[in-house]
Amino acid sequence: MADVLIEQLIGVAAQTVIRHADELTELDSAIGDADHGINMKRGAEAVLAELPKLKGKPMGEVLHASGVQLVMKVGGASGPLYGTLAMELGKALPASSTRADFAAALSQAIEAVKVRGKSDAGQKTMLDVLAPTDRAVAAGDAPPAIKARALAAAEATVPMKATRGRASFLGDRSIGHMDPGARSCALMIAAICDALGG
Amino acid sequence: MSNVGIVIVSHSPKVAEGAADMVRQMVGDTVPLAWAGGNPDGGLGTSVEAILGAIDRAWSDAGVAVMVDLGGAETNSEMAIELLSESRRDHVVVCNAPLVEGSVIAATEASGGSSLAEVKATAEELSA
Repeated sequence: MADVLIEQLIGVAAQTVIRHADELTELDSAIGDADHGINMKRGAEAVLAELPKLKGKPMGEVLHASGVQLVMKVGGASGPLYGTLAMELGKALPASSTRADFAAALSQAIEAVKVRGKSDAGQKTMLDVLAPTDRAVAAGDAPPAIKARALAAAEATVPMKATRGRASFLGDRSIGHMDPGARSCALMIAAICDALGG
Repeated sequence: MSNVGIVIVSHSPKVAEGAADMVRQMVGDTVPLAWAGGNPDGGLGTSVEAILGAIDRAWSDAGVAVMVDLGGAETNSEMAIELLSESRRDHVVVCNAPLVEGSVIAATEASGGSSLAEVKATAEELSA
């Protein structure tokens, strides 16, 4: 993962969120407060506006600065959650990193998201996508396999009952809908994997 | 001012402002008080930047108790606290209490000169 790529990867992740904003809001209207797409779009646009200023900066700094934008601009819990993921990833990645460094940094960043959200996999959240993605990256899977795993993991939140986040207020009625945070997470991972190629 | 400050964080600016009005009615100007409501575009939601501003406005050397409504308000408040300077970070707490009742009772406790821990405990008794 060369430094030159990081802006591109963040860029495609932001663009996919913007493209799917309506879908994410629709998912959130079923089991939440109908703002996930709107919020994530606001954050993604802020990140895209920031990226040109970060050209040539070290990968860790670019990730951290992007995370700060998400924290400041999203306006929902997903801001600090995705912001923490990006900021911690930025903090944990050495300047010149190998795949093993990235896998270790990703695990560390996902742990920080769990702490931030006081949550874990199994509660119908973005962590249900992050956890299997973490395992796929650690296992050395190629990008297309990681993408497939992430998208399937989001689909697998459909039959789950939410026990964290706004959807948990619905209890059993949260069953039968895909979690919007899991979906946005899978979409970004898929876009990043596509950009990395096979 | 030496009394603990109170910050009210709601997804709705109207709820935050209204709760702050109720607090003022109870304690007048004896407690530093500020509110943050709405996302960065002014819609329903919360904003880390606005919460940081409210903590600054309600700042007291005795500390600041942050009252929150739903999930994102709590997560964004916790994030805001982490972004504070090291000297301030340990003097701000999020209270797990109903927003309106918790704000009024926390402010009433604060107006008597209670410590931050006492203010938090009194507000959280409502959730016990």
